Amino acid sequence: MKNSKNSLNSLTLSETHNGLRKKKFSSSELTQACLTQIEKFDDKIKAFVTVSKEEALKQADMADRKIAKKEDLDKPLLGIPVAVKDVLCTENIKTTACSNILANFIPPYDATVVKIIKRQGGVILGKANCDAFAHGASTENSDFFPTHNPWDLSRVPGGSSGGSAAATAADMCIYSLGTDTGGSVRFPAAFCSVVGIRPTYGRVSRYGLIAMTSSTDTIGPIAKSVLDTAIVLKEISGKDEKDSTTSIKLIDDYKKYLNRPIKDLKLGLPKEFFVEDGMEEGVRKVTDDAIKTLERLGAKVKTVSLPHSQYAVACYYIITPCEVSANLARFDGIKYGYSSKNADSLLEVYTKSRKEGFGAEAKRRIMIGTYALSAGYYDAYYLQAQKVRTVIKKEVEEVLREVDLLITPVSSHVPFKIGEKTSDPLQMYLEDIFMSAAAMAGIPAISIPCGFSEDLPVGLQIMGNYFDEKRVLNLAYVYEQTTGWYKRKPKLDTSNLKS
Amino acid sequence: MSNYVPVIGLEIHAELATKSKMFCGCDNVVWKKDKDGVLREIEPNIVCCPICMGFPGTLPAINEDAIKCTIKTGLALNCKVPSFSKFDRKNYFYPDLPKGYQISQYDQPLTENGYLILSSGKKIGITRIHLEEDTGKLVHLPSASYSLVDYNRAGTPLMELVTNPDMESVEEVQEFCKKYQLILRYLEVSRADMEKGEMRCEANISVQERDKFKIENEEVKPIGKYKLNPKAEIKNLNSFRAVEDAVIYEIKRQTQELKNGGKLIQETRGWDKVAKKTFSQREKESAHDYRYFPEPDLPPLKIAKEEIRKIKNTLPEMPDARLARFIEEYNLTEKDAKILTSNKDLADFFERSASEAVEWLSTKGGHGPGCKRRTVQLTCNWVLSKLSRLLKDRNLAILDAKITAENFAEFIVAIHERKISSTGGQKLLERMLDTGKDPSVIIEEENLAQVSDESELFPVIDKVISENEKVVSDYKAGSKNAISYLIGQVMAKTKGKADPQAAAEILKKKLD
Repeated sequence: MKNSKNSLNSLTLSETHNGLRKKKFSSSELTQACLTQIEKFDDKIKAFVTVSKEEALKQADMADRKIAKKEDLDKPLLGIPVAVKDVLCTENIKTTACSNILANFIPPYDATVVKIIKRQGGVILGKANCDAFAHGASTENSDFFPTHNPWDLSRVPGGSSGGSAAATAADMCIYSLGTDTGGSVRFPAAFCSVVGIRPTYGRVSRYGLIAMTSSTDTIGPIAKSVLDTAIVLKEISGKDEKDSTTSIKLIDDYKKYLNRPIKDLKLGLPKEFFVEDGMEEGVRKVTDDAIKTLERLGAKVKTVSLPHSQYAVACYYIITPCEVSANLARFDGIKYGYSSKNADSLLEVYTKSRKEGFGAEAKRRIMIGTYALSAGYYDAYYLQAQKVRTVIKKEVEEVLREVDLLITPVSSHVPFKIGEKTSDPLQMYLEDIFMSAAAMAGIPAISIPCGFSEDLPVGLQIMGNYFDEKRVLNLAYVYEQTTGWYKRKPKLDTSNLKS
Repeated sequence: MSNYVPVIGLEIHAELATKSKMFCGCDNVVWKKDKDGVLREIEPNIVCCPICMGFPGTLPAINEDAIKCTIKTGLALNCKVPSFSKFDRKNYFYPDLPKGYQISQYDQPLTENGYLILSSGKKIGITRIHLEEDTGKLVHLPSASYSLVDYNRAGTPLMELVTNPDMESVEEVQEFCKKYQLILRYLEVSRADMEKGEMRCEANISVQERDKFKIENEEVKPIGKYKLNPKAEIKNLNSFRAVEDAVIYEIKRQTQELKNGGKLIQETRGWDKVAKKTFSQREKESAHDYRYFPEPDLPPLKIAKEEIRKIKNTLPEMPDARLARFIEEYNLTEKDAKILTSNKDLADFFERSASEAVEWLSTKGGHGPGCKRRTVQLTCNWVLSKLSRLLKDRNLAILDAKITAENFAEFIVAIHERKISSTGGQKLLERMLDTGKDPSVIIEEENLAQVSDESELFPVIDKVISENEKVVSDYKAGSKNAISYLIGQVMAKTKGKADPQAAAEILKKKLD
């Protein structure tokens, strides 16, 4: 089983868009190529929880008809197969949040981002695995099965959007959608050597995203190149009347900014993110090389400080469970989703449905959040965390007046082994250490491939100012084109099967 | 023996009559007229959508109209409108609460610190008025081992008013509730029909020893070493009757308990309208912890001064002002003015008809001084007596009746000009209500016009004189009743159409 380099499914979004327009191949052929790749490899990688083959082929056929009639040729997502993280609602396609409590839930509506893709004539291949309700950093918290890293099947793909990143890295789709609350797009993008961006909070509508932390949740594309990421992000951004927290700010034409010279950009290295201990040697080396490359390209690099960023994870893991405890209250066995058959009273409908339907991590967050919001504890936990969040936000804003962008690692280490960290939830929370500052501040941040350590991917994080995705993408693009890390693909053959 | 004073505060929920629900686009209509024009509650789970049913991934979007209605109500009750407000999540589990939390307002309500003045002149402080979403409702079928949930009402904008503990008697409570209901109706923000659950009351009641407590900062505070008696919160008072009965019962219960040396506890009590008793539901120790926190799905509200000014400009005349004006401008008795103004639609109908009738008559000219006053009084009398009774018989509200103010004005003019008799008038009004036709058309069709023309009355009167020789001679002998009898005979022969005044004149002319 060899992964043909020339197969349609390994193309980038911009390449497939051109191919479709020029009728070099059809959307049906492209979709079939992705489906074949899924059939070949997904029993090992486990990136998908649902493959909507019939609907996908139907959508591809519709796209081909449009292309034949020269309709919507300017729509960059027309006819292109996408994998959608399973916390995003898809009309008439099972949307489970990879949880048992929603194992059979079929929404009667599309998330706004899905609606946008469908309106453009996009092809929904299926739903990508993730940690249940996106609670996690390794995709091991999926109530169904863990996803394997295409670079080494014995390792995690990162999370929580692990299925989306793995499917993209393994060429099972052309691009995918993930969600990033505390790092869930960037972390798996880094572990799978693909590009993933968390946009500014409010840039992309959250309508139809099964909420984890409403004040922090974002939806972002995971793709095979910075150009692809920029193209998808532009399309899914914008004000949505159904999400009151979306911004009316104009959406920049990111593509136009990608190739701008970076020699005048001022880059900050927050010293708190580059501490000596706890960083793997290989990762440090790759990161240092990346920074040197940026300097060589003319960017001005200086050390800055975000003193309170060390509290971002603590702060995040108070606010998140508080909001989770309310956001998961609707799963009560009454209206939809799992309802225990063994309940004899209303109280039992609640307790048994939730006990049997939720996994350990969801329960943990519900309990922590309920506790932290309770009378007598609210001020000490929730309110205090919100205050710290404000401080972090101010600090980030201040630093971003000094420099244009912040450069940090995504993770201190390469992808870890499946099962290695599941026994200690706190260890898993600490995976978000480099990710949560951007989440707490609500700024955009991207993860791009920046090399390998022991043949395993390493990602670089670039954070920017509010709604300044264009400069984040600009720097990412120039770096990517110089280094070409994104071109390297995992070898998907059975000999790779170490587990 | 101590002298106990009741200390009462109210919490009143009112469903806003906005076009759509609070956070989604669903129609905000649970009651609809059927084909026979009878108002009925619609089938369960018809007006609901993924948003108001709390489906995964859905988000709320604020109905601005509901915000405006709440601010309007606040302004009408002299409340302050802070420039910053926000929504919060109130967390608890119940099957009628789709999201497992209610979007409400905790510490920064839309309006606060107002008052309402009772007829005694006493000011009742209003702590706050905030906005939230209503829940669905449970339907319990007899003999079923389960309950059903109806989400039609879920997400209806619900405005909650909280008063200071300023009321001391059931009369004050009753007056406050009625005045508030009337204000809501004048503002057209809520239909506030208690029978339909559009207005629901809760009363916080305690009894304290006279002169041993004070009301300070919206709270009851003891004076000196006095220890306050705990309060009970009486829930689910769904009619004025229930409010009255429950408050009376509860004051009596608490007073009796204290006089018997018993001990009261802070608790929530329900009202059993059949047994006419309050009963304990929950003690304070087991009170809910709602774990309020700011609703992250909705950005905070910033309310501009300009916006408040605009809403203020839309405030209509309030009931008290209208009552005073009706007495002053129309010379109505206080009793009549009160009845009229306590029903906004009827008062509107009265004013429109009266002014139309007055204008009509003045363009015809020459009705002399006092005409306006007489016409207005005539209108008032017909509205309050005959029209109101006919409406009541038909179980109709004035707005649902087929009669228009223009037609009613024409009717008043016809009465005033004696085109039609009082008896004929009643018949005409009934026909107008039932058919919606112009009075002139009905008068023509049903031949109701009053006859005062001598040439038409002469033959009838001659006949009456010849058929009643005895009475005629009585009259000539000076009997006062005789003439009335003869007029009655003329009326009978003309089927009520004869102008009695004209008939009397002709009779007298012929007999004298």
